[in-house]
Amino acid sequence: MAKNDLLGGSLWDQYSNKVTTLMNNPHNQGEITQEECDSAGHTLIVADFGAESCGDAVRLYWAVDPQTDTIVASKFKSFGCGTAIASSDMMAQLCIGKTVQEAVKITNIDVEMSLRDTPDVPAVPPQKMHCSVMAYDVIKKAAGLYLGVDEASFEEEIIVCECARVSLGTLREVIKLNDLKTLEQVTDYTKAGGFCKSCIKPGGHEAREYYLVDILSDVRKEMDEEKMRAAADAGIHGNFETMTLVQKIKAIDSIVDESIRQFLIMDGGNMEVIDIKDSPDYIDVYIRYLGACSGCASSSTGTLYAIEATLKEKLSQKIRVLPI
Amino acid sequence: MNVYLDNNATTMVDPAVYEAMIPFFSEVYGNPNSLHRFGTQSHPAITQAINQTYKAIGASDNDDIVFTSCATEANNWVLQSVWIDHILHGDKNHIVTTEIEHPSVLSTCKFLEDQGVKVTYLPVNDQGIVEAHTVKAFITDKTALVSIMWANNETGMIFPIAEIGEVCRQKGVLFHTDGVQAVGKIPVNLQEVHVDFMSMSAHKFHGPKGIGALYIRDSQPLSPLLHGGDQMGGRRSGTLNVPYIVGMGKALELATTDMEAKMSAIRAKRDRLEDALLGTLEDVFTVGDRSNRTPNTILISIRGVEGEGMLWDLNTALIGASTGSACASEDLQANSVMLAIGADNELAHTGIRLSLSRFTTDEEVDYVIDRFTHAVKRLRAISSSYAIVQPTEGGAAAACGIHH
Repeated sequence: MAKNDLLGGSLWDQYSNKVTTLMNNPHNQGEITQEECDSAGHTLIVADFGAESCGDAVRLYWAVDPQTDTIVASKFKSFGCGTAIASSDMMAQLCIGKTVQEAVKITNIDVEMSLRDTPDVPAVPPQKMHCSVMAYDVIKKAAGLYLGVDEASFEEEIIVCECARVSLGTLREVIKLNDLKTLEQVTDYTKAGGFCKSCIKPGGHEAREYYLVDILSDVRKEMDEEKMRAAADAGIHGNFETMTLVQKIKAIDSIVDESIRQFLIMDGGNMEVIDIKDSPDYIDVYIRYLGACSGCASSSTGTLYAIEATLKEKLSQKIRVLPI
Repeated sequence: MNVYLDNNATTMVDPAVYEAMIPFFSEVYGNPNSLHRFGTQSHPAITQAINQTYKAIGASDNDDIVFTSCATEANNWVLQSVWIDHILHGDKNHIVTTEIEHPSVLSTCKFLEDQGVKVTYLPVNDQGIVEAHTVKAFITDKTALVSIMWANNETGMIFPIAEIGEVCRQKGVLFHTDGVQAVGKIPVNLQEVHVDFMSMSAHKFHGPKGIGALYIRDSQPLSPLLHGGDQMGGRRSGTLNVPYIVGMGKALELATTDMEAKMSAIRAKRDRLEDALLGTLEDVFTVGDRSNRTPNTILISIRGVEGEGMLWDLNTALIGASTGSACASEDLQANSVMLAIGADNELAHTGIRLSLSRFTTDEEVDYVIDRFTHAVKRLRAISSSYAIVQPTEGGAAAACGIHH
């Protein structure tokens, strides 16, 4: 919120001239009939995407030359707002002359970019980006019908941000590689969440399957777990200093059990580990003597040195043993 | 021809109202709470505005009508102060309202929910109203307040305020009504109905924007929302907005004088417009029984024509209307009134609201019939809903995809 947000721009003022022109006079609006295709030897493909009850629907018609897979004619019908009409019109236009295989590569960004008046000013405001996404979806649908494959096969990955077409894989990788900690960083690095914002967190203008906030927290959690696993692995391989606290206690306990306790018990005593404190120079192990040891004169001299020497030798030279 | 048919959003200030306001900007500008003559000079005009307002809604001298900056303030005031007085400092914890209130009620209720208040949002029936027995069924001994609008802004449908008021009176529960779409459009007489609080707004009845009022029955307690210099008897602080208070009084007087005649003149034009659209166009329908609607409002659903697209074409034809379509809103949330009426989800995207005023002319109605029909024709020619060639086998769309 700042000065420019006080009034809130008019939705319609943010449409490019190309968008408004096509809204008023779409060039490729109309239908292609089976008869037309039959007489020209073309294959007719008709695909729907969306539904009236969702707020917008588009029907795409292709006449495809079966010899070359070239889209000879492309038309659309749309139930939708003006930007849906303009996006569908541009989408149909971009298909003409391309092969079906090439058309599948047309993205919503291509549609939106083609609707811009100047390259660096968006053609529609953020909340209208989804209209061009529909255009992208219906192309895949049509191509799937023509090629006889599942439309999902064109989608290599799960797309989290439809506007900027950022995949789940990309997001996870970028977060990990760059050690990203905030949503703002994620948007800065990937552009995901920078347009219609509905993929950032639940409550945006449309419900999503994946949200950036969840992805970030999941990846951060995984990174923490990986760190812990690394520490645990290091522990197994004997690097005492990088162990977690619990691992250190366990390691000390096992050394005590293995090499120390038996001698104390022989003298009618025992010991327990109370706490471990890490500092840059030392790892302080606090112990308490039990039974006969607690009054024994050598418990602060010979016995103590023996315990410390054993732990130092087996685990780390940084260990100091402090009886309390 | 420019035609403004969005009078439920706001209205033109009646030139007579504007005239009445003019002296109170640069001639009579003293603070009415000052002791000197500059201040007291405005008192007769303010007194007149107060009298006009009391008379227009049938308030008694024991009641308070406190001028506010708008109805949003009045709605916030009632909800937040009932919360403070009867929930935070009382033994109540519950508010009853409807799903289709104005955002100034719904958002405040959401805010109160965050503070731990229980709120019941009553659904509306297929006529877009809530019946009194429904309200009665949801009132508990913990209910502090019932807040239900008098008439709805989208549909114009009039709620049974007399019956709901009686239910609240019997149950001993406070009753607030948002009267914004009723006052100045239909008879509102608070002698005849039991209402504890009523919000109103001048710019809905040809008064200026930035002035509203809250009616408070029997001057009953309600903690102030705005604290300060104890203006308006300490109920609402802030220097009195003299020209706007004068304007509101005048506008209310104009709207409620010969109201039956004014209403039937507007209703005649509205009905003619509605009949013409229903008669000319196929696959259209209007929401709500006409006899129980504010006389200026039409909410029409046009199959195959998305609301924002329709609004665009009307705007190109210099006609200002409104849509509940999700596409036209900044947040793309489907319209709550449309969904609440909800027999058909499609309605949420194809509804166009035309709201007339006493300044709407027969020529304008004729023009709108012509341009409206034309726009429907153009958009249906583009619409996939009216396409003839059917999808290739396997090419039909599944129901709502992830994008919506």
